[in-house]
Parts: sequence; C-alpha cells; structure tokens
Amino acid sequence: MWEQVRSNRIRSAVLVGMMAALLLAVGYLLGEAFLGNPVGGLVIALVILLVLNLVAFFQGDNIMLAVSGARKIKRDDHPRLYNIVEEMKIASGLERMPDIYIIDDPAMNAFATGRDANHASVAVTAGLLQALNRDELQGVVGHEIGHIKNRDVLLMSLCGVLLGAIVLLAWYGSRMMLFGGMAGGRRGSRGGGGGGGIIIIVAIVLAILAPIIAQLIYFAISRKREYMADASSALYTRYPEGLASALEKLAGSKIEVKAANDATAPAYIINPFRKKGRAAADLTSTHPPISERIRILRSMAGGASLADYNQAYRGIHKGGKPVFSAATLASTGAVGIRAAVPETAPVEREPSKVERTREVSDLMWRMNRYDTITCECGTKLKIPPDFKRSNVRCPHCGRINSVRPNR
Amino acid sequence: MIALYIILGIIVLLVLWFVFIYNGLVRLRNQMQNAWAQIDVQLKRRHDLIPNLVETVKGYMKYERETLEAVTNARNLAQQAIGKGVGAQSQAEQGLSGALSRLLAVVENYPDLKANQNFLALQEELTSTENKISFSRQYYNDSVLGLNNRVQMFPSNFVANMTGFKLGEFFEVEAPAEREAPKVSFS
Repeated sequence: MWEQVRSNRIRSAVLVGMMAALLLAVGYLLGEAFLGNPVGGLVIALVILLVLNLVAFFQGDNIMLAVSGARKIKRDDHPRLYNIVEEMKIASGLERMPDIYIIDDPAMNAFATGRDANHASVAVTAGLLQALNRDELQGVVGHEIGHIKNRDVLLMSLCGVLLGAIVLLAWYGSRMMLFGGMAGGRRGSRGGGGGGGIIIIVAIVLAILAPIIAQLIYFAISRKREYMADASSALYTRYPEGLASALEKLAGSKIEVKAANDATAPAYIINPFRKKGRAAADLTSTHPPISERIRILRSMAGGASLADYNQAYRGIHKGGKPVFSAATLASTGAVGIRAAVPETAPVEREPSKVERTREVSDLMWRMNRYDTITCECGTKLKIPPDFKRSNVRCPHCGRINSVRPNR
Repeated sequence: MIALYIILGIIVLLVLWFVFIYNGLVRLRNQMQNAWAQIDVQLKRRHDLIPNLVETVKGYMKYERETLEAVTNARNLAQQAIGKGVGAQSQAEQGLSGALSRLLAVVENYPDLKANQNFLALQEELTSTENKISFSRQYYNDSVLGLNNRVQMFPSNFVANMTGFKLGEFFEVEAPAEREAPKVSFS
C-alpha cells in the first residue's frame, strides 16, 4: 500500500501547489488593478492561501461533515453501525476508532473524511442504514475504511475545502468584479482608464476558470482510488458479495443527496447526483461505473485478496492498466473468501427492513431532541424539544399523558 | 582522497539502508504482537458478555438449567485457560462456542425471549463479538504474512538474519468447525 500512499502525497502536494499558483495569480492581477501595486495583492493572496490551507488541513473534515449536515453518534445511538465500524477497524488494523456520523437524508450514500488515520470519520446516510443488511453495510464501511487506510481522506478533504472555496470565490468574485469593474470604469474615466480593462479581463478569466476548477476536482480524485477502496473492502470483509449487493441497491436508488455539492461529490462512495429521478447513471465523471464495480467484485471467484481483485479487474478491462502494481501484490498473499451462510443452516436473525426503518427513524427523532412517551394504549408520542405544556393528550385513545418535567 | 569520500559515502548509505530496513521489521513485529493482543481483548469481551446473557435468559428458560450451566461452566473454563498456551486456550474457547450455540438453538422455543429488547441487544453484541474475534484473527494472520514476507524476501532477509528476526506463527484453527467464525445462529 505504500506506493499508493506516496502517490497520494504527491497528488496532494500538486493540488495544493496549483491552488497556490492560481490564488497568487489572482492576487497579482487584483493588486495591479486596484492597488496599483502587484506586491500588495501578492501579500494578501499569500495570507489567504496560508489560512485556507491551514483550515483545509486541520478543519477540512469538520467542514465537510458540517456541509453535509452530518451528526456524530455514540455507540448507544446505533449499536449495529458502531459494531460494524469497529469490526472493520479491527480487520484493517486501524489504530484509532473513526468517529461515526449520520446524515439525516433518505438517499443512500456514505463517505469518509479526515486528516490521517488517527483523525478520521465515517459518515453514512439514514437511508443507507435503513436499506442495507449487515453484510452489505459491512462492505460499504469496509470501502470507507479502505479510503482511510489508503490515505485518500486527506486528499479528499483538501479537495473539498480548497477547491470548494475557490469555486465559490471565483463565482462571487467574478460577479463582484463585474460591479467593481463598472465602478472602476467610472473611476478610470477620471484617471488613467487602464484599470477597468484589466478588471474586466480578470472577471472574465475567473468566470471561465470556475467550472474548469470544478472539473479539476474530478481529475484529482481518480477512479482508480474507488477501485482500490473496493479491493480493500473485499480484503477486509473476505466477502466481496456484500459490497457488490450494497452497490446494486445504491445504484437502484433514485434519491439525490440533498447536501452534496460539486466540491464534496467525489468523496461519496457513489456519485450523489442523479439526473431528475433517474437511477445512478453509469457515465459519471467522478466515479467508475457502478455496474462495472459490481461485475469486478462478483467475478472475484478465487479469493478476496488484492491479487484476486486485480485479476478480476483485468478480466473485465482487457489490456488495461492493472489496479495494483506488481510490487504491491508481491507483499500480499492468498486469501480465501468467507463462505456465505448456507440457506439450510439456521440463518442469523437480522433485523428486517421494517425494524431497521423504525430503528433509524427513532434515532433521527432522538437526534433532533424529540422525546418519546409511550401511551398506555401503545401509541408512541413524539414530543418536540420546544414543547411548553406539561401534559399531552394521546390522539389515539384520548388519555392525558404528562410530559416529563426535567426537559 | 576522492576515493575515500566515495567509500565513506557508500558506508553511510549502507548504514542508513540497514537502519531503515531494521526499523521496518521492528514495526511489523510490533504490529503482529499487537494484533495477537487484540484477539485476547475480543475473547475477553465475549467472556464478559456471558453472565449478562445468562441473567437475561434465565427468567424465560425455566427448563433449560443444564444448558445454561453448561454455558457458565464453559465460560469459566475458558477464563481459566487464559495464559495456558494457545492450544489449551483455543480448545476452551471452542467449548464455549459450542455451549453458546446450543443455548441459542433452544432460544427458538421461547418466542417471548426473542422479542425481549435486552436479549435483542445482547444478540447483536454476541454476533459482533464473534465477528470481531474472527476479524482480529484475520488481521493477526495478515500481519504475520507481512512480517514473514519481509524476513524471507531479498534484500531485507539479510538484515533479518543478522538481527535474528524469526518467522511469525500463523493462527491455524484445527477443527474445521472453527475455521469460520463460529456462527451463532439465532433463528
């Protein structure tokens, strides 16, 4: 895995360097245009750059989680999810348990973020928790832990924050400068007149740059990374079918992640965007086609090792470049696939879809600080946090229930 | 003079290379030892869950005292086996797995118990603990493989031989029933 880690470091450095160059160029131009002195603009740009990079490095994960509306949960909030993350943490040999977040969204998706393996978080949507069974959820969590182990997370949060900030700046900046350009034009009529022209050029350049930068994110997060995380998931769970079947369910879902945007999209396990009510398309620029990822996972007949994934990948991409280099594969060995639970055997009792739905909706009520009172007739009353009265009438049987005063 | 510098340079590079490889080996060995300790952590967690399980189940299962006692005894045996060698320990743990699955097989006859919230939570904990035991064994074996590859492969095998690194021992499960994670069936 060390090669992959190194290549990620280089990519991160290149990305940060490109951002720096872009910002400095903008600073130079603005300095020239507004201050009449390019050095002043450069200094301001340098300060902004430093702050942005520091923020992205130390707070990138928090920003990403906040932007997606993710909320941290504790073990007792959802023991099954916590256990699954811990299982994958053990299987991957991660030293610290990642923080677990839930996104209150019926869409099915998940992402991992963080600075390094010791500052990492995994976020899943409520829809995912509800739709996937234990094996499938394990596959998805394995994929996210794979991103953490392969050090993809720093690059993703750098991408998310830096490029997101630049896209926003460019968008607003270009509009502000169109205004400023007009004002400058008026000022320019009084003295000189060169400033207005430059500003308008800068505005145009920035307006053109913004979408290109958005595209850059897509290139920075290569598709290969997703394949590698899939391979890691198969390795950790020893059960590629779990992830394959989870991806199948994810692909079939028609709901977009509300809180996703261009800057955060690459971090998700599958592309969070949908074309108006359609299922996830195969042709997405940030992620490899889902159907292909499923096919690779399902053709891993021989075992669950990285070499087996590589072989399955090459079986589908005839003559393509392999996912893993020979050097990486040499340090791994043969690994068997865990047997599926035979149908004749007494199957492990798992919560059904209905039970999972209730579990998740109860969790969401709790997380929104609603109280639950069980009426004597069995009806569960949800009391909102700003409920002022001391008792409430059950709409079902008419009994008066007292609301606990210690709220 | 230049020749001397070149020789000195080569020596420095060799020493650096040696240190680099040696540290890598130490890291892998520590990782392996830590992975081994993790297995014990998970086994202990299973031991800790059992009194709780027996307590929850007892009220419902009036006629299954023998099954319950078998579980408690197996758990005590497994606890005593800690530190008595891998063989004794894995045998005791197998006994515990067997007793547990017998207990959980008779749960089938008690629908009230199957609906008990406490029991459902315990069931999740038990399933997950069994998974964690097998995942920690899996990771231990992965770590052993990593170390052994380094110890045997060229050129790190020179350093390993010089500093006396030994091959790690894989965790092999003897009985085929134990090869997979002992499946706890709660049907």
